[in-house]
This record gives sequence, structure tokens and C-alpha cells, in this order.
Amino acid sequence: MTENTIANEKFNWFKMFWDGFMSMSTLGKTLWVVVIVKLIIMFAILKPFFFSDFLSSKDDKASYVSEELVDRSVSLPLSE
Amino acid sequence: MELLNSSLLEWSRAQFAMTAGYHWLFVPLTLGLGIIMSIVESIYVKTGDEKWKKAAKFWQLIFGINFAIGVATGIILEFQFGTNWSNYSWFVGDIFGAPLAIEGIVAFFLEATFISIMFFGWNRVGKKTHLASTWLTVGGATLSAYWILVANAWMQYPAGMAFNPETVRNEMVSFWSVALSPFAVNKFFHTVVSAWGLGAAFVSGVSAWYLIKNRNNDFALKSIKVSAIFGLVSFLLLAITGDGSAYQVAQKQPMKLAAMEGLYKGHEGAGLIAVGMLNPAKKAYDDNVDPYAFKIELPKMLSLMGYRNINAFVPGINDIVAGGYALPDGSIALSFEEKRSRGQKAIEALANFQEAKKAGLDSEAAQYEAVLRENYPYFGYGYLTDAHQLVPNVPLTFYSFHIMVIIGAYFILLFLVLCWYNCKKKIESTRWLQYVALWSIPLAYIAGQLGWVVAEVGRQPWTIQDVLPLQAAVSSLSAGNVIITFTLFALLFTALLIAEITIMVKQIKKGPED
Ligand code: HEM
Repeated sequence: MTENTIANEKFNWFKMFWDGFMSMSTLGKTLWVVVIVKLIIMFAILKPFFFSDFLSSKDDKASYVSEELVDRSVSLPLSE
Repeated sequence: MELLNSSLLEWSRAQFAMTAGYHWLFVPLTLGLGIIMSIVESIYVKTGDEKWKKAAKFWQLIFGINFAIGVATGIILEFQFGTNWSNYSWFVGDIFGAPLAIEGIVAFFLEATFISIMFFGWNRVGKKTHLASTWLTVGGATLSAYWILVANAWMQYPAGMAFNPETVRNEMVSFWSVALSPFAVNKFFHTVVSAWGLGAAFVSGVSAWYLIKNRNNDFALKSIKVSAIFGLVSFLLLAITGDGSAYQVAQKQPMKLAAMEGLYKGHEGAGLIAVGMLNPAKKAYDDNVDPYAFKIELPKMLSLMGYRNINAFVPGINDIVAGGYALPDGSIALSFEEKRSRGQKAIEALANFQEAKKAGLDSEAAQYEAVLRENYPYFGYGYLTDAHQLVPNVPLTFYSFHIMVIIGAYFILLFLVLCWYNCKKKIESTRWLQYVALWSIPLAYIAGQLGWVVAEVGRQPWTIQDVLPLQAAVSSLSAGNVIITFTLFALLFTALLIAEITIMVKQIKKGPED
């Protein structure tokens, strides 16, 4: 990643990040690309299009789950 | 309700297993390498020797690659809870919410802060502050792991919760019973120490590669010195914590213990199988086929490990189904049939409770609630059609357990030899040992994966032990949807793994900066 050579300066958060990002090596940049692409795939594609909350469409979640739990028990037929 | 078919269940399980397995390729290196890089930097701060600084910076770079590629892969597991396991997700409610929320906050603030000082802060902050940031980076990651393992341990041993039939959710009654359950504490130590062992195997193996190539020898020897000692300590601790895990499993999940040992008929003073092979002809617990092709046992060790008493009775699979034996607390174990009938009573009481509540009949509801509470510990048995469903995949659990233990013993030996050769200053000239160290890296990964197979396959059919089996937990999706997401995840994770290996190998070949 990167290393700063500015020694003995008063510590400054913003400057640390700024200098760190500005003088980033190719490896550092590649890793940031991987992280960002991964997060975009996860949060902008997978989550909204493939992983919506199953129960969000149910009005009364508690009674839906309770019906499911009762329906699936063995006293009632379980479909194959 | 859409058809709940076995294909949906199998694909949902396969998807979770695949994503969890991939996630566990990244996590242990973060935790294990994290400690080693911190030790190496501590030596630099103590000695002021620039060569140690160079070594610390190199391992931090490798840590950074693994961290960047692996970070957030665990969130994919959380996606699946709400979509594929929505009944389960609703049912566990609070118990999962709190530990995972703490985990998220801790991970974000601690790691984001300290990791940036670790990478950007050399020469900007003092040596000691930098060192503290390095330790806090790995400390934060380890703390995150703790909360996730608390959530996992709760499914294996649901402590500190109460079921609320009105909301159909489990609600936390005691945070500390959840957070400090003996199952969670033990799981944390065994899992984290396994990650340390993996980190040590990784550093020893990569350093051995430099020695084989006869380059960066001083750096490699310094790294092996740390990783050999750390590895030996870690694998010894693994055996101790693994014994603790087996004790917990015996107390809380006797079926898993029986599957780990292929034990069908229990007895007093049971032996632990050191080496053995199962009989492939055995298909069901009640087919009267001998379960073993051959076995060599350590006499009485299973009783000692599981119950801390060499003569204790260890129930086998058949005993657990039939019941009727004395439990450690003195009570008599119930049969599968009895548990199932109690489970059905509990489920029926839940249905009646809900109806009574809807009709405003509070006193009737209170009666049903009492029946529900009394039978709740067996709630999940009400979903099982017959006793065969209670038995996990025995060969998979058995072999995974035994290979994990054998690999553990192998690493104790390897690190003993490495420590010895290091003392004698002979590692540099011992080519075979360098190759052995290099080619042992995958074994550490295999052992960790097998550990999770033992923990998770061995507890089937339960998503929550005794309370919620898979078939009640899964969402009524179409199997086709799950196949699509399975494929997408497989592609994403494979791409990440390829990126990890390519970038890491390139950086290792480049070597520590001169
Ligand atoms: C040396 C003797 C060992 C023993 C007696 C042992 C015992 C166990 C047991 C009983 C479990 C199941 C725990 C549960 O279901 O909650 C387990 C899980 C696990 N083991 Fe081991 N183990 C040993 C060595 C190893 C080694 C060498 C590794 C990896 C390098 C390892 C990694 C794991 C992991 C990652 C898990 C899953 C997490 C957990 O449940 O703790 N174990 N082990």
C-alpha cells in the first residue's frame, strides 16, 4: 500500500488519509477497485434484485410466520 | 403456500454452506496473520532493528490483500437469512440482532480507524502508537468474530432467551447468558485459535518458499522463528480447546458427538477412535449392520472427553432415538416418539394461543401459553416425520472430525520439528523441511473447513437445536430462484478467490521491500 515519509509533523487525520490516498501504489489502487466492485455487486445488484426480505411483502409478519410454523408441522400433511 | 420441496431445501442449504465455506477461507488468515504481524512489529519496536520492521510491513501488506478481498463476504450470509431462511430469521429475532449489530458497529469503527493508521501512519505517528493500532486492528477483527460466534453458538445451544408466542419471536432475557454461554466461549477460543494455527502455517510455508528459492533468507528465518513458536503454541491450544468443544457437544448435542464417532450403540467407558473406517454398507441407524470396517480406539477416552469421567455412559445414535438412559443431570432421556409428541403439543398450543388471542379470550390464551412453555424445549420435533430425520450425515461428520484431529496432531509435530531446527539453526540447510512447511499450508485450510463441517453438518436437521429444523426454517421460494443465486454467489466468490491468489502470489514473488 502506501507509506508516508513526512516525519515529525503534527498528526493530522485528514492529511494522513489525503496523503495516503494520493500516493497509493498500484497494489493499493487494485485492492480499492476490488473492494468497490465487490460492494457494488453486493449492495446494488444482489441485495435489491435477488435478496429482498421475504417477509417484507406480508402485512402481518407474526401471523404469517405462525401460520407457516403450524402448517408445516407433522400433524398436517407436508408436501414433497 | 408454495410447495416446500426437498430440492428447495437442499439448494438453500448448499448455498449457505458454499458461502460460509468461502467466507471461512478469508477470515482465518485475517485473524492469524494479524497476530503474527503484530508480534513481528512488537519485536521491531522492542529491538529497533529495521529488518524486523521490513518483515512487519511485508506481512501487513499480505494481511491487507486478504482483508480487502475478504471484507464484507460475511454479509452475504446475512442476506440469506432474510430471503432464504425468513421463518428462522423472524423466529430468532432479537438474539441475532444484538450480537450482529454490535459486531457491525465494532467492526466498522475499530477496524476502519486502526487499519488506516497501520497502513498510512508509518512515520506519522509514534512507533508505539503505530504498534497499538496494529494490535487494535487484529483485536477489532477478533472481537467481531466473537459476536458472530456467539450467534452461531446460540443456535447450537439456545441459552438466555424466551419464546414470545404473541410475536412468534425469541426475545432476549439475559444478554450475558447469550454472550457468555459456555458453548459460545469455547467455540470462540477453538475457532480463533484455529485461525492462529492457520496464520502460523501460512507464514512458515511462505517463508519456506523464500528459503527454497534462496532469497530474502534473513527475512524468512526471522518470520519462521516467530511462526514456528506461535504455531506450536496455537496447535497445542487447539487440542485443549477442541477437547473443550467436544465436552460442550457431549452435554448439549449428544447426537452430534455420536455422529462424530460413528457410535450407534452407547456404553459406559466408551473409547475414542484414533483411526478408523466406517462400513459403507451401513445405511440407517436401525439396519443392524456393523458400523465400522475397522477401528483402533483409545480406551475410555470418549467418556473422559465428553463427560470428564472415564466410566461415564456415552449414548449412541440408537440410544438417543430410543431414550430411556440416565442423563448427566439424573433425569431419564426421552424417546424420539415422546419428544415428537411434546413438539406437536407445543405447536398445537401455539396455534390455539393465536386463535384465542384473536378472539380476545385471554384466559384461554394463558392456558395454551402454559402448555406451549412446558413443551417448548421439544418444539422442533413436531416437524419430524420419523426418527431417521434426526440423524445427521454420519460418514461426513465422522471423517471430518477425525481428519481435523489428525491434521491438528500433524501440525503439533511439524511445529515441534520447526522449533527444534530453528534452535539448531538448521532450517536454512534442511530442504525437505522447507518443502514440507510449504505444502502444509493447504492442510491448515482443510482442517478449518472440516471443523465447520463437524459443527454444522453434525447438528442437522436443526437450525436451532431441538427447536427449529430446516424444513420449518426455510422460506417458500421456488428452488429455481435459489439455483440462480447459488450460481451468482459461486461466480462472485470464485472471482474473489482468484483475485486473492493472483494478487497475493504476485506480491509474495515480489518479496519484502529492500
Ligand atoms: C486437535 C484436536 C482437535 C479437537 C479435539 C477438535 C474438536 C472440535 C470439535 C468437537 C468441534 C465441534 C464444535 C461444535 O460443534 O461446536 C470442532 C470444530 C471446529 N474445529 Fe476443531 N478440533 C481439533 C483440531 C482442530 C484443528 C487442527 C483445526 C484447524 C486448524 C480446527 C478447527 C475447527 C473449526 C474452525 C471448527 C468450527 C468452529 C467451532 O465449532 O468451534 N480444529 N473442533
